[in-house]
Amino acid sequence: MCLAVPAKILTIDGFSATVDIGGVVRAASLRLTPDAKVGDYVLLHTGFAIELLSPQEAADTLATIDEAVAIIVGES
Amino acid sequence: MKYVSEFRDSSLVSNLLERITARSSTPVRLMEFCGGHTVSIFRYGLRQLLPKTVELVSGPGCPVCVTATPDLDRAIALAELPDVTITTFGDMFRVPASSSSLQESKARGADVRMVYSTLDALDIARQNPDRKIIFLGIGFETTAPTVAASLLTAQEEGIANFYVQSFHKVCPPVLKAILAAGEIHLQGLICPGHVSAIIGSNAWGPTAREFALPCVVSGFEPVDILQAVLALVEQVEGGVACSDIAYTRGVSPEGNLHAQAVLSDVFEPAPANWRGVGVIPDSGLAIRDAFAAHDANRVFEVDVGPSIEPAGCICGAVLRGTNTPFDCGLFGKGCTPATPVGPCMVSSEGSCAAYFRYGRDELSEKI
Repeated sequence: MCLAVPAKILTIDGFSATVDIGGVVRAASLRLTPDAKVGDYVLLHTGFAIELLSPQEAADTLATIDEAVAIIVGES
Repeated sequence: MKYVSEFRDSSLVSNLLERITARSSTPVRLMEFCGGHTVSIFRYGLRQLLPKTVELVSGPGCPVCVTATPDLDRAIALAELPDVTITTFGDMFRVPASSSSLQESKARGADVRMVYSTLDALDIARQNPDRKIIFLGIGFETTAPTVAASLLTAQEEGIANFYVQSFHKVCPPVLKAILAAGEIHLQGLICPGHVSAIIGSNAWGPTAREFALPCVVSGFEPVDILQAVLALVEQVEGGVACSDIAYTRGVSPEGNLHAQAVLSDVFEPAPANWRGVGVIPDSGLAIRDAFAAHDANRVFEVDVGPSIEPAGCICGAVLRGTNTPFDCGLFGKGCTPATPVGPCMVSSEGSCAAYFRYGRDELSEKI
């Protein structure tokens, strides 16, 4: 039930936004994420953006896994 | 960055599995608190892929499943009041209560409507000023702020016919209650990702310290979950127990402060009744006095008789993590997703539904 999906903000009008969820466009509320801007990715849960997604943190996570593997491979 | 496909990458999954296998020497039992995690773990076959030293057990993190029967009975009684429309998320629709379900109430003529969002429930209230629209507030800290936001909107716009029946619950107290009961011994907790997006990973710090239990917040893709398992294994092997995040793209230590403010503007801590666990102080969310006119708990009086639990159902023990669905005599026989007896078979993220959908091969191997 706590399902939330990544969505990209397309337009903002007050707390009302339109978002792109993997190609599907629908309305969303930014009441819980008032700092969100057009182009940001958010976690969308029951029509509300509940948190901003950080592209930097996402890239760092993926890079860290790759680096750790490179180290392990280098050690063996 | 699409935030999905990258975190399903099979080479990253393989790499993480190799590292977990290399690092894990002590057998560990880890609880995935969240039903969403249970579904992902089954969907991607992670239980079979992990080394034998890592055991995963499901926890109480399914809001529909933990809603106690007396609360379900109240929801059904509300649905049968004149001029009332019940709006609810779909998962609640088929959950059996003492003698009925919302679906059966609808079949008898009650106006029960499934909605995707509280925004839809507000629209129904605006369009039907002559009816009383009650939204069933089910859900944890992920969902409760969205319901709080709907009450703020109702008050701002003067939507007088919109009410919320709050059955909302918060997660850390139930985990502490389960751990304190001592029925189950865990070496780590996979903390719920989207609950933690709101409350922050710091909220798990007291649990980690009090019970010397490693707590790691996880996302819902296979790479996220394996990253959390690796972090937990590393804490166990290193003799450490702290709260950490394996989902940093969506979760911060302090959480979403805006959402927390909206939540606490509207709700205050209250006792809540959890299926299988009982009443836990400060584990629920009651609507504050300022919103009393929209509080279905205060506005509507209904007569609900003594509740009856389904015979033979062990959902309570499954939610506490002391039993798996395979231990239930009804599993796959009297109780299936088409004919559910208990709530854990109804909700798409209930443990029984996940075991039924993805785990039946495991059951036949055991037999």
